[in-house]
Amino acid sequence: MSDTPSLRTEFCGLELGSPILNGSGTFDAIAARRVFGDEAVRVGSFPFGGYVSKTITEEARVGNPPFRTWETPAGMINSIGLPNLGLEGFLEAQLPELRELPVPLIVSVMASDRDGFARIIGRLSAAGGIDAFELNVSCPNVHSGLIVGERPEETAGLLDRLRPLTERPLIVKLTPNVASPELIASAAEAGGADAVSLVNTLKATAIDPDSDRPWLGAGSGGLSGPAIRPIALQQVRAVAAEVSIPVVGMGGVTDGQSAYDFIRAGATVVAVGTENFRDPLAGLGVMRGLEEVLREKGVEDLGAIRGNTLS
Amino acid sequence: MPPERPLPPLGRRLAPVTASWADGAYRVLEVSDEEGPEPLPGQFYMVTEAPDWEGSSGRPYLPRAISFAAAEVRGDGVSLEFLLDEVGPGTRALSALTEGSQVWLTGPLGSPFSDPGEVTEGALGAVIVGGGIGIAPLAALRRSLVQKGIASRTLLGFREPAAAGGVDRLFGCEEVRVAYESGDDSPARVTDLLARVLAGDSVGATAVYSCGPPGMLEAVRQMCAGADVGVELALESPMACGYGACFGCAVPKPDGGFLRLCIDGPVVRGDAITTACAGEAP
Ligand SMILES: Cc1cc2nc3c(=O)[nH]c(=O)nc-3n(C[C@H](O)[C@H](O)[C@H](O)COP(=O)(O)O)c2cc1C
Repeated sequence: MSDTPSLRTEFCGLELGSPILNGSGTFDAIAARRVFGDEAVRVGSFPFGGYVSKTITEEARVGNPPFRTWETPAGMINSIGLPNLGLEGFLEAQLPELRELPVPLIVSVMASDRDGFARIIGRLSAAGGIDAFELNVSCPNVHSGLIVGERPEETAGLLDRLRPLTERPLIVKLTPNVASPELIASAAEAGGADAVSLVNTLKATAIDPDSDRPWLGAGSGGLSGPAIRPIALQQVRAVAAEVSIPVVGMGGVTDGQSAYDFIRAGATVVAVGTENFRDPLAGLGVMRGLEEVLREKGVEDLGAIRGNTLS
Repeated sequence: MPPERPLPPLGRRLAPVTASWADGAYRVLEVSDEEGPEPLPGQFYMVTEAPDWEGSSGRPYLPRAISFAAAEVRGDGVSLEFLLDEVGPGTRALSALTEGSQVWLTGPLGSPFSDPGEVTEGALGAVIVGGGIGIAPLAALRRSLVQKGIASRTLLGFREPAAAGGVDRLFGCEEVRVAYESGDDSPARVTDLLARVLAGDSVGATAVYSCGPPGMLEAVRQMCAGADVGVELALESPMACGYGACFGCAVPKPDGGFLRLCIDGPVVRGDAITTACAGEAP
């Protein structure tokens, strides 16, 4: 019997050495390299099997006014507000360095209407060197005013528009702030999405005990970390039961056991978000922990356990 | 050119607490870091109780960014001293640690203080202005200035004598003036002491370094701008990660955007930001 269970994972045609990704916006590979040196981006010490960029938008954004974070019991609320260099800034200043990462590159994108998404996907596809796209649909469509990811018809319409533009996998990042995420997931699948990822953060707020006013500069934000794990696990389970495309599970993953739980609930790969803030190498720790759990349970192949808790 | 930052080990590591004691209103946590490089004054660490926070309330959850107040290379590593003010669940948990416990450390992180000549053109000496727990990184700075043979004057302020800590031990007594807001003496504020220094003759050849509560820092920043004296501020902000991952520690900069205090700071030039009170009610 082999000592180390294989964590190699095929995901949307990508070969991942580890089924652990980072959640978008929770690990900046370029900043990590600047702080910790080249070791941070080397094979073997880069903490993830695939890298998801912070969400980029067409125009540069500076993000929300401070304060942007608030610690909660077993979690945090953030109102970062998607600061990014914009499409052109990303292409010029970040994509070349991100292409050099030792793992597949998934670029997260957001726009305020379908044409905006289409322009970004078109431009990024032409630039090359990107292995997949993640569509962050937790934003309102400026024309309809509806949050794309809260409406099956908006999600399906977006996919209809984007699907012809790229051969690359399209991953739809689902919001947990809906009653039935599986309906959105089904619409994404019907529209031609290659995978769905969930959960994004849960709407949340915090009151400053001194001023009695909202603490966060933006008034409210999104909750993440172990505090949301049971909710995320149930949503992953519900979505995985409904769709046949692969699911990226996330929400409060801190260790091998929690990653294992998401796979049992039906996830093909698992993403680590807030835990990266507690340890820059959290992704490696989760991967090793998962290996350990599989070894203890005598499991050699992740496929054998995936989704077994559905019924 | 700011000094080159020492390269921190990738990831967090366990470090033993070698001592802890009360020093006035503060608690001192001494930690032996056997893996990291010697930090530079102004740098900080992300610190968490290990193996993990034990709090049954689920807080603290994130590590806390703490500047080191003193660092000394010993045979078995770097002995780090952190000055703690118990302001919330994180600092409370760290303050409860004693010899034999362990912490998780990530760092040293962030930008260090520059030499006086980099802060104010031609400056050979320094004025150090600290308030409250903000004296911690300044203690490390002052010590390094002494080692480099650079003259400095230190001005420290506290709400009241009972709220002070660490002064004698970390700063010695020479060239240090302390102001208490509660006292009958005037001046009562450290910024009053600074005003006098800035009104002096030799001020053009001085660099100011400051750390303390946001209101004090903003006053120092504006006073130095008015006197045309360069100033470096060590700022504080809620920080989730400390290494540029979360974009949480935003501080407004003059071009309309924000800097990430953990990697673009915590030490910043006074003219690199628009306010030291980011996030505070105006
Ligand atoms: C500080 C912070 C920034 C984030 N930024 C993004 C982002 O830019 N795009 C995105 O799709 N999700 C973003 N997320 C959501 C995470 O990718 C993830 O979906 C969520 O945090 C749940 O996982 P976790 O509990 O492991 O953190 C962010 C989360 C945090 C905490």
